[in-house]
Amino acid sequence: MIDMTVVDLSRLQFAATAMYHFLFVPLTLGLSFLMAIMESVYVMTGREIWRRMTLFWGTLFGINFAMGVATGIVMEFQFGMNWSYYSHYVGDIFGAPLAIEGLMAFFLEATFIGLFFFGWDRLSRVGHLCVTWLVALGANFSALWILIANGWMQNPVGAVFNPDTMRMEITDFMAVIFNPVAQAKFVHTVSAGYVTGAMFVMAVSAWFLLTRRHVALARRSMAVAASFGLASALSVVVLGDESGYAATEHQKMKLAAIEAMWHTEPAPAGFSLFAIPGDQENSFEVKVPYALGLIATRSISGEIPGILELVQRAGERIRNGQIAYEALERIRADGTDQTARATFEAHWRDLGYALLLKRYRQDIGNATGEEITQAAFDTVPGVAPLFWSFRIMVACGFYFILYFAIAFWLSCRHQLGDSRTFNWIALFSLPLPWVAIEAGWFIAEYGRQPWAVEGVLPTFYAASGLTLVDLAISLTFFLVVYTALAVVMVLLMLKVIKAGPSAQIALEGAPGGNGRIPAGAAAHPDH
Amino acid sequence: MHAIPLDYETLRLIWWALLGVLLIGFAIMGGQDLGVGALLPAVARTDAERRVLLNLVGPTWEGNQVWLVLGGGAIFAAWPALYAASFSGFYLAMIAILLALILRPVGFKFRGKVADPRWRATWDWALFIGGFVPALIFGVAVGNILLGVPFGLDATLRPSYAGNFFGLLRPFPLLAGLVSLGMMVTLGAAVIAARTEGDLADRARGLGAIAGLATAVIFALGGVWVAYGIDGYVIASLPSTVGPSNPLGKTVVTEAGAWMNNYAAHPWMWTAPALGLAMPLLAAVALLGRARVAAILAAALGIFGIVSTAGLSLFPFLMPSNIDPDVSLTVWDASSSHLTLFIMLGATLVFMPIILAYTAWVYRVMRGTVNAESIGRNPNAY
Repeated sequence: MIDMTVVDLSRLQFAATAMYHFLFVPLTLGLSFLMAIMESVYVMTGREIWRRMTLFWGTLFGINFAMGVATGIVMEFQFGMNWSYYSHYVGDIFGAPLAIEGLMAFFLEATFIGLFFFGWDRLSRVGHLCVTWLVALGANFSALWILIANGWMQNPVGAVFNPDTMRMEITDFMAVIFNPVAQAKFVHTVSAGYVTGAMFVMAVSAWFLLTRRHVALARRSMAVAASFGLASALSVVVLGDESGYAATEHQKMKLAAIEAMWHTEPAPAGFSLFAIPGDQENSFEVKVPYALGLIATRSISGEIPGILELVQRAGERIRNGQIAYEALERIRADGTDQTARATFEAHWRDLGYALLLKRYRQDIGNATGEEITQAAFDTVPGVAPLFWSFRIMVACGFYFILYFAIAFWLSCRHQLGDSRTFNWIALFSLPLPWVAIEAGWFIAEYGRQPWAVEGVLPTFYAASGLTLVDLAISLTFFLVVYTALAVVMVLLMLKVIKAGPSAQIALEGAPGGNGRIPAGAAAHPDH
Repeated sequence: MHAIPLDYETLRLIWWALLGVLLIGFAIMGGQDLGVGALLPAVARTDAERRVLLNLVGPTWEGNQVWLVLGGGAIFAAWPALYAASFSGFYLAMIAILLALILRPVGFKFRGKVADPRWRATWDWALFIGGFVPALIFGVAVGNILLGVPFGLDATLRPSYAGNFFGLLRPFPLLAGLVSLGMMVTLGAAVIAARTEGDLADRARGLGAIAGLATAVIFALGGVWVAYGIDGYVIASLPSTVGPSNPLGKTVVTEAGAWMNNYAAHPWMWTAPALGLAMPLLAAVALLGRARVAAILAAALGIFGIVSTAGLSLFPFLMPSNIDPDVSLTVWDASSSHLTLFIMLGATLVFMPIILAYTAWVYRVMRGTVNAESIGRNPNAY
């Protein structure tokens, strides 16, 4: 039998290391583009302050990037370490985008990041600008391939189960790449990263303005971040809606759980603004009539199934999957059994549902009706956590639009940075993009449970057969190292921010290259 | 499905070779940085000297490390059974490698941000561990694979592992670990000797020559051990080289000295161990003779020879099982599907030349001697 404690600890470790890694990724995505924009202005106008801005934000970017690399290596190997059956079962499909990410994106980003920092006085202005854009491009390509991989876990297209190799194998690579869930997730996720970068620049600049230091740098940085942030905040919400739409096609259960919608409602369903989700019903709810049906199906007649109806469907699929499983056993006993192959062919799409029974018994063909009902109810993810994290994320999203709309309006009137109230708001809004992003990943991944790959492979069935001691050692290690690094990183960031952009001035005296100070720049000290 | 222009057997062979290319790529590109890390406390004694070493590898080490990440991704994509069984089996060893590798990016970035000597000494240790431990453990892992790994596969191809962490630290794998450490240190020393000045370069030449000599001696010792001391694995019966990737269909026997069979059958393969033996020695001579480029080339060719020797000895095995040899993972039954191998070959052929081109360009831009003066000009220096 599978040790559920090991499974739960493996899930905890993966969730913790992935969510920790994703504290750094969004800032890399957003800040790299903001730096590229600032440096472009420098190259076009020749005004020294824009280069100093690029250098200052670049120093903070570098600290963040180092943490992203350090925690990212762990992700590349953890599938094999903690999820060995997952790696065997879907490696034929899932491994490819990961490898292509390395080839196309990570090499690009990691090779040019060195030149970004060390190439200032060895490259022409345009040459260095190209390097900065390549870093930003690499980071975003990286997100593309990772989200193609993750999108496949949410919506496993373009693959079939091969009974001779006991795993899923690819049939249509284009379907995997152009998976609608992956594409929607990509745009949603990188936009969220851009919002994070913009909020970060806004908050640090606001702090400079509140303390009346580096005013020129802070004002210009804010102006760039305000327009970049507004566009990104709009994109993240509009295309977040797209993710919800995709969910009705492929992940009805996740959507129903997010809405705490136990029973199918007559179309168009209402959107719950507030509810207290209980066990199979909500004890209190406030609903906006029709809203959910309109958002999710883009029609007034499309019906959205409730949780209990989906559980019933899952029960049917489990029974169907038992037929596939039984046929698979006959194929394993005799590879030439053509009737077994035909039966398997007809039912394999429900094989994953039958595997849910493995939690209760090995010989899943003999499962009792009660066990099947239990397994069917296992397909319901935790409703209350999903319901609330979704609302937190959405509230943040709308707040970002409002926030950046005000910032943009102030910027158009050349008043951005004048209002101390707005600057204080900007400073204290800093954690919100991270709150929204972590909530978003929680919805995506926890909402997919009990599946590692939706409908194909249950999470508990995907884990490695490690011991409790293994997990205790690795969890302790991650806890200690990651906590220590987080503390050190925050302290260093604060130190760099405190020191301000003047710490980068040393370079201006550098002989040759683009180190010369354009006339006039010296006359505009930025503090 | 469209017809795939290359047959399954050829693609499996190509991907076996590409696995070698990636591992050699990492051992040379990433290995030089690991070697410099392992040499950090011995070669550089003052803060100024240590900064020279860190800024020597600083602009390029991140790109070099991607060879490892790509190696992991490519094993996942092309040899998923190997990825699943090896990384879960070597769990705690992998955790140790990850700990060491986590210390590197933060070590480089954080060390120079605070001037306090204790702060810098702490990160110096972190960077030393970050170089020394992975360089050693990668060799230990290969040594264990040559001995056979205690893993099994059930009827559903779920891997299980019967060993533990300390079981990995047997004498032969530790010897293999020393070879791996030695070859990377030799290359790291050659890079330091080529691009620094004065005491630093002198110490690197001395230590690099010792490392090159030691690498050759231990590698030769390991070769004798493999030939006479340990059992190799031989496929006794195999359903097909183009069959579905399922390791359960074949039978495997163990045989003393069987890891030498490929060399007997294909004498040209002796080139690999010959390079592995001669090149580290040549690197040592070149270091002492102050031949900068020759030392780097010889050390890199030595790594090429040593890693190739391990791969050619094992072929067609990827990871033999010593508790149930029949389920050993081989080139013929542990790969991805025909289509995935083909798609990944296409992606590799498109992107690898581009990667090599821009890596070469970055090295060219950053060429030249690194010293206190060149560092002083850059506020982003480590």
